[in-house]
Amino acid sequence: MYSYETEVLEQTDNTVFINVGPSHPAMHGTLRVKLELSGEKIVGVEQEIGYLHTGFEKLGEFHSYNQFITVTDRMNYLSPLNNNIGYAQAVEELMGIVVPRRCQVIRTILAEMSRIADHIVAVGLMTMDLGAFSSVLWSMIEREKLYDIFEATTGTRLTTSYTRIGGLAFDLPDGFENRTREIMDTCTDTVGQLRESFQNNRIFLDRTQGIGVITKEDALSFGITGPMARASGVACDQRTYRPYLVYPELKFQVPLYTEGDSLARYLIRLDELEQSISMVRQALDLLEPGPINFESQKNTLPGKMRVYNDMESLIHHFKVVMPGSEHGIHPPVGERYSSTEVPNGELGFFIVSDGAANAYRMRVRSPSFYNYQVVTKILPGHMVSDMVAILGSMNIIAGELDR
Amino acid sequence: MDHPLIRFDATANAKVLARLQAQLGSELLHTYEEGLQLGVDVHAKDILSLLGFLKNDPELSFTGFIDLTAVDYSKYVKPQPERYGVIYILMAPTIGASIKVRAFVPAEPACIDSVTSLYQGADWGEREAFDFFGIQFVGHPNLKRILMPEGYRDHPLRKEYPLRGRGERADFEVYRAFSK
Repeated sequence: MYSYETEVLEQTDNTVFINVGPSHPAMHGTLRVKLELSGEKIVGVEQEIGYLHTGFEKLGEFHSYNQFITVTDRMNYLSPLNNNIGYAQAVEELMGIVVPRRCQVIRTILAEMSRIADHIVAVGLMTMDLGAFSSVLWSMIEREKLYDIFEATTGTRLTTSYTRIGGLAFDLPDGFENRTREIMDTCTDTVGQLRESFQNNRIFLDRTQGIGVITKEDALSFGITGPMARASGVACDQRTYRPYLVYPELKFQVPLYTEGDSLARYLIRLDELEQSISMVRQALDLLEPGPINFESQKNTLPGKMRVYNDMESLIHHFKVVMPGSEHGIHPPVGERYSSTEVPNGELGFFIVSDGAANAYRMRVRSPSFYNYQVVTKILPGHMVSDMVAILGSMNIIAGELDR
Repeated sequence: MDHPLIRFDATANAKVLARLQAQLGSELLHTYEEGLQLGVDVHAKDILSLLGFLKNDPELSFTGFIDLTAVDYSKYVKPQPERYGVIYILMAPTIGASIKVRAFVPAEPACIDSVTSLYQGADWGEREAFDFFGIQFVGHPNLKRILMPEGYRDHPLRKEYPLRGRGERADFEVYRAFSK
């Protein structure tokens, strides 16, 4: 039986054990870190995760492919659209479906807007951890505007479940383009504000420069991806490594830093925000009218108006949605690993399919899981207050970490 | 911000394959390409030599560790050599290649060498595979459960384990800070 009495650790020499428990204001989500301190310096770290584990991979074997989209929302809950898009793309790659152009452009726009929502809050939260509370409120204002747009488009603020296998749930609402352009302008202002407030701030620089350095070899060896890896010099971004959606047509740069400290991880998120804002503006110009679902009678849902008026569409809708071995979407037998770039790194789905309506194995390669592992290596030698700066710069989302 | 980005090179697959066949041809059970991804199957006993070669070979240099997971093939439609497949996904930054290595591990004894000496990220990946499947990684510094609670007795992602568990929730001791 699991029992807290067995957790009592003995103090030896001059070290003290403290527990930064799963419920703690400086912990992003339910993370537990057991520290061994010598004075104020950390000499030993033990991490414990799993407080938010809900068995997404087991659920993947019992849900149909379209049902699992609701589960993907709950992984990185700051940017659910990225997860939806990554998963839909993985299944579509397994099935050999290519979605129509308008769907690709919409997915790109929403992926980048979701990335803006995640990064702007990650940056704000990091500065809040270091003591500056106003900046997270500026971030939250922008995030609320993005939430309004997401609600108009997908129906919900957080658990969007917007993509479907072979397309999208709904088309964009009226006024999407104008409103998005307005929001991109205010986001640019906020990013400028965040930059100006901290880039020359003595206290901020002292607390983040040279703190938590991750070398390039460590980043590759630990499996760190995303802004954390690019802050350490690993020039890999899934959007340019293996371009998908309409990224080949967008002009953007991938920022790269080589210092690998918390300041680099902070600055790179600000740079990526500016790039994402520019990408959204470019992608909005690429929007053209057209279909948003891959037209296939067996694999995608027909539009609701057709379902209500046309007998064949009703039957196809029934066949796609109903559970059972003869209904649903059936990818071919095989296994495939596909990945996309989410704000925290490389989100990969390794799907093993045996031809049934449910996946045989749905593995989610979450970036936070491998990003968080490096803390045991880089934390010793720092002080307790540096732990907050380091964890804040990593943007660990517990939902993605534990799945 | 001018710097060379790592880009995926689909033509590198043939080169990787040729090099692997030349050096370790006897160990490879099967090589294939799924879409653009190169896949290699081996037995569990050959995994350290294969991954050691992939990482340390100067021409290939698969230093990027992406993922480590396992699959329970006991109810799969196509019969596989053994019950478990441990999957390693790696990336080579210099040549822009990705590879998926699958090592087949028998049901009894479910042991395979740990690759933590090659890739530090395998530490938690192997703990998770042990937690969910019960595969022992020989040589792992700290092989204990990572996501499931410590007193848990089962391995949940095995195919015979039901979705809702076997009633473990009822047994869990709850620590009450303020008892009545």
